[in-house]
Amino acid sequence: MSTVLFDEPGPKARRRIRVATVLGTLAAVALVALAVRQFAANGQLDAARWQPYGTWPMWRYLLDGLWSTFLAAVVSAALSMAFGLLLALGRVSPRSWVRGPAAAYVEVVRTIPALLLVYVVLFALPRYGMDLPLFWKLVVPLTVSNAAAYAEIFRAGIHSIERGQTEAGLAVGLTRLQTVRLIVLPQAARRVLPSLVSQSVGLLKDTSLGFVVSYGELLYSGKVLAAYNGLLIQTYLVVALIYLVVNASLSKLARALEARQPASSVTLRRKIARA
Amino acid sequence: MEVLLEHLPELWQGLIVTVQLTAVSFAGAAVLGVLVCALRVSPVRVLRTLGTAYVETLQNLPLLVLLVLAVFGLPEIGVQANLMVTAIVVIAVYEAAYIGEALRSGVNAVSKGQGEAARAIGLTFGQSLRHVVLPQALRTVVQPIGNIFIATTMNTALAAAVGVVDLTAAANRVNLVEAQPIPIFVGAGVAYGLIAAAAGFVTGRLERRLVILR
Repeated sequence: MSTVLFDEPGPKARRRIRVATVLGTLAAVALVALAVRQFAANGQLDAARWQPYGTWPMWRYLLDGLWSTFLAAVVSAALSMAFGLLLALGRVSPRSWVRGPAAAYVEVVRTIPALLLVYVVLFALPRYGMDLPLFWKLVVPLTVSNAAAYAEIFRAGIHSIERGQTEAGLAVGLTRLQTVRLIVLPQAARRVLPSLVSQSVGLLKDTSLGFVVSYGELLYSGKVLAAYNGLLIQTYLVVALIYLVVNASLSKLARALEARQPASSVTLRRKIARA
Repeated sequence: MEVLLEHLPELWQGLIVTVQLTAVSFAGAAVLGVLVCALRVSPVRVLRTLGTAYVETLQNLPLLVLLVLAVFGLPEIGVQANLMVTAIVVIAVYEAAYIGEALRSGVNAVSKGQGEAARAIGLTFGQSLRHVVLPQALRTVVQPIGNIFIATTMNTALAAAVGVVDLTAAANRVNLVEAQPIPIFVGAGVAYGLIAAAAGFVTGRLERRLVILR
């Protein structure tokens, strides 16, 4: 295996690789041992402190939280994708009075932390008589901020479609809208699918802001449960594990989708990452 | 508008904390990210696996979960640290996964022949890295790294959720006292926007200076 950095290893390099393998393994084991010792020294490894997570009721409570996480993630993903698509179409519109506001929205929202938006919905809107239900207090700020991210993905996808496609559409007499809807968008959507999935992983991570809103998603459920059973570190570790399993599966799906794409769209993906 | 001027000291203090959080944790993330990238491109399988595990774990966990785990969990296993330090370390560890991946994509963007040619004319590993691979790799990652810097700025706001009084928390506190959300939150948003715009400006300049057209 030759890479840009290394040639196929010779006998000397193979020996060095073996040494590094042993050292690396030792370092990893030492790190784990240190963590375990620290847990044990503070009594966090006692069977009694982990026992509850061998029982169904604890898991059911957390899985209920996971369900709420999914609900919030799916609703805000659907809303922000729709909104993002509109923004992307706005940004590529030939009319400047559409292009300007769409571009301004994306550029401004991209630089505002989601937590600040959450605070606005939590503490500012009620003052103007807009006290949303708990669920929407989480979904609205997530939608506002993720719409900008999805818009950039869709825009990169639309730009990646060869100009000839649009020209051909217009040449056979389709209107601009028909060309976009029937020719450009179907191709663009297919190309950006992997990026949409990885952005959705980011959105799912953002739903942990429910912790701040007191919406009963996974992290907030963990907080409530930890306050109830006093098993702080165990509960949060289990919560982290659930997030890890769910998000890693979604990321894997994104990679699988990407592997199925023709090679030309790999450069597109790089462009989206740079956008 | 007066409410902003009246509470300028608190908001200014919050802005300084945000800038500190961003600068220090980004610097830490850069160092750690180079290490993660080195692990992931090394010829040793164990090290590659460790690097992959690090990236996969941290990219798939919400930053807020890590912050909560570190801030409330670490004292339980006898690790006491200052809140600000904990937040900085957690954000650095989290962003390092992203920086490591950006750097790795930069190294992979250099074609294999470049490295082979460098070795063929007898450059050592260090020399080929310094003269051939890195100059090309770093140029392609200026923009992605700039984006990670902006994301880091946004992410430091999450520290407010675990008790660090940064710009977001300061804005929220002032609003709870004054109940004038529009000027306060818009002001905070503008401050974040200015940081991001400055970062965008710098990376834009850097890239224009460094980029090579191929």
